[in-house]
Amino acid sequence: MTDQNFKGLTPSESARLVKASLKQRRTKETRFKLIGISAIGLALLFLVVLFTGILSKGFPGLFQYYISFDVELDATRLDPKGDLSVESLYGGDYEDIVLEAALKSLDEKGDRKLKRTLRKMLSSGSGIRLIDYVTSHPEQLGTTQTLKFALDDDIDSFMRGFIDRETPESDRRIDDFTISIADRWQEAGLISYELSDYLFFGSASRDAEMAGIRGALIGSLLTLAVCIGIAFPLGVATAVYLEEIAPKNRLTEIIEININNLAAVPSVVFGIMGLAIFIVAFGMPRSVPLVGGVVLALMTLPTIIISSRAAIRAVPPSIRDAALGIGASKMQTIFHHVIPLAMPGMLTGSIIGMAQALGETAPLLMIGMVAFIVDVPTSMTDPGTVLPVQIFMWADFAERMFIQKTSAAIIILLAFLITMNAAAIILRKKLERRW
Amino acid sequence: MTFISVLAVIFAIGLASYVAGRHRAILGRAQGQSYHSLPNYYGIWAAILSLLPAILVLVLWSLLDNLVFHQWVRAFYPAELLSSDSIQNAVTLAKIENIVDGIRFGDPEPWIIKAGEAWTVWQAESDLLKSMISITLALVGGTIGVIQVNKSFRSRNAVEGVMMFGLIASSTVAIFTTIAIVLSVLFETIRFFQLVPPTDFLFGLEWNPQFEGAERAGSGGGTATYGMVPMFMGTLLISAIALFVSVPVGLLSAVYLSEYASNRTRSIVKPLLEILAGVPTVVYGFFAALTVAPFVKSAGEAIGLTVASESALAAGLVMGVMIIPFVSSLSDDVINAVPQSLRDASYGLGSTPSETTRMVVLPAALPGIVAAVILAVSRAIGETMIVVMAAGLAANLSFNPLDAVTTVTSQIVTILVGDQEFESAKTLSAFALAMMLIILTLGLNYFALQVVKKYREQYD
Repeated sequence: MTDQNFKGLTPSESARLVKASLKQRRTKETRFKLIGISAIGLALLFLVVLFTGILSKGFPGLFQYYISFDVELDATRLDPKGDLSVESLYGGDYEDIVLEAALKSLDEKGDRKLKRTLRKMLSSGSGIRLIDYVTSHPEQLGTTQTLKFALDDDIDSFMRGFIDRETPESDRRIDDFTISIADRWQEAGLISYELSDYLFFGSASRDAEMAGIRGALIGSLLTLAVCIGIAFPLGVATAVYLEEIAPKNRLTEIIEININNLAAVPSVVFGIMGLAIFIVAFGMPRSVPLVGGVVLALMTLPTIIISSRAAIRAVPPSIRDAALGIGASKMQTIFHHVIPLAMPGMLTGSIIGMAQALGETAPLLMIGMVAFIVDVPTSMTDPGTVLPVQIFMWADFAERMFIQKTSAAIIILLAFLITMNAAAIILRKKLERRW
Repeated sequence: MTFISVLAVIFAIGLASYVAGRHRAILGRAQGQSYHSLPNYYGIWAAILSLLPAILVLVLWSLLDNLVFHQWVRAFYPAELLSSDSIQNAVTLAKIENIVDGIRFGDPEPWIIKAGEAWTVWQAESDLLKSMISITLALVGGTIGVIQVNKSFRSRNAVEGVMMFGLIASSTVAIFTTIAIVLSVLFETIRFFQLVPPTDFLFGLEWNPQFEGAERAGSGGGTATYGMVPMFMGTLLISAIALFVSVPVGLLSAVYLSEYASNRTRSIVKPLLEILAGVPTVVYGFFAALTVAPFVKSAGEAIGLTVASESALAAGLVMGVMIIPFVSSLSDDVINAVPQSLRDASYGLGSTPSETTRMVVLPAALPGIVAAVILAVSRAIGETMIVVMAAGLAANLSFNPLDAVTTVTSQIVTILVGDQEFESAKTLSAFALAMMLIILTLGLNYFALQVVKKYREQYD
């Protein structure tokens, strides 16, 4: 339809042409709209698939199977020296006591085969669990108590139905005899499915049934503490300088360019910088929350600066003029009026930056926070790991139960992130001011 | 005294100086003298004088004392060790440090024990000296600050000068971080290029650093090759798949949300999309490896294709999902920036909303959209965890999305996680890769900025 075709058209003719094309155009309109809706639908579908995938795997991971039976807490066998000291308890007969109690629960004397099988069916941490129980309940020594022990991860997977009875015995991780014992316990009602205490209070372990996130969680909190302690003051100070003070000169321009560059640098590169500068050049220890926190702080700095600048810009100039007008100095204006008024916005931005830092994995891998560390870190210079890295490590383990533990850890991580983001939103709603 | 307790003492002194300085100013005022500044500023000035130098000395000393000891301890080295390479040196240092920490593995050489003992003495002396000097500094500074309190001393100006300095210093952290990033990568890259010629690295078609260990062990079995082309192709392949998902979905959602959706729908859908951006990458990686990769494999095999169990397609798809909100929020901004008058004019001529969007709004927003896509590419290239967990490590030079490929970031992580020896070409190659990664992402960002600058239409 070039201009030439239109030349001879009378108004009525062109009206007819337009009318004739209307139907097609309306169909196109609907189609376009539908494409838009389906794009959004697709994005939301991805979201739903992702979350159902994680949640459906993760919720069972918050639980695990326990077996409970009566254990005779024989004082002389458990605590040979009688002083409840660590040496005395660990010198005691705890492994055998658990095993005997397990035999008793089946009403068996126990040949070697049965004992061997039982040892495999109970979590290898059962003896330690008994010691922990005795340490926290010394008054119960000498009595008989019903105690709960975790089942080994293979039995756990079997109870969940991941190991099929129908598969030939040679292809299964557990043999028929083991299954028969699990069935006997099940019939006696001794096996229970409960919220996993190992998950929340246990530390890193290669045994899936005992692995927990406590160390990683504390490592994450310590790292975040360092991160916010550095990034927040630096970010706010930079934002204040750039918004309120900086003259338009070369230095300011360079600072702005660098902030934008830092925001664009991939996170793994920050990890490499941490490795080369802090660990190799400064000789700081590996795997410590202090270094991790510094690296994450430098990484989140641009986010905090950008949101703080927006918050400062939102403070109306009249406030500054009023303060200057009654004789406040530039610094007094900034520190007494602008910063307090911009604080909600700056905090919101910082919380979002911290949520980003909490979920970050790659830079922490570079500075060695991926080491297998059983002890829970107690200070910023103790080696430790963080939640996302723990998830990364667990995702690599082959045992079936680790898939659930990993998903459960992901749920916990997401819960933290959602809480932080919700806090940011509430804070913004509550404290936001319209001028 | 530990670091923390010294710090606590210094802070106590600072607090005392503050109280004393402020009190003196208040007393002076009570006597009718007119002071230049408010009493608070005299207190703060005294506190600054006591805290700042003391803490600076304490922190710097703590950071640097080990470096000095590393030099001093060389006096104990036997002559032949002094000339040896740095791996040997690092091992020796570790041995000595173990002695310092009271750990003994086997039987260390007598000179190592001696060095360790000397080191322990230095450490103790240095700690004592450090605490004494910093506490003295705090006391002296606080006293000067308190003495300085007098009516003609302009303490507010002094305090504000320090604050100003603090603000400027904070702003330069961004510059120093950039410098640190560039330097940390640059030196190792230069060392890498001394071992491996740059042309081999940049244009080599084969990546196989695994042979290096074998070569050293003397078992031969081929030479290590460091050609980065397969990895960049892998990165580009996965990024392309990711863009194939994220650009249409992200862009069309942005168009629908800004041109059609009601405010209510917008206020619900936008935060939901943002959730996708807030999910940690390690979660995406887990999801890709555990759910998407097997699904892609079985779906592909159902229609008779051979699919690697760690296919580029799975990693790319999940990465695409991750970038959707990035694309959509950037394009949303750009589309919203198109002036309403353009739309009104188009409606006035009788166009339907879709015609307006396709023929007026999108062309007007095009430079911004192109910039958004470029930024998304840069994001995809730098993404690490998804590819580490879901893409393979085999450096295949392949354009088939069903093959396993590897990426720059996943190679960096694989090489640098765990123990490294800093002299080997394998470790250094990770830094060279990081250098390329930085150049590429920053280049893309610069390019995006230029696109916007050059083609942006000024409507106002």
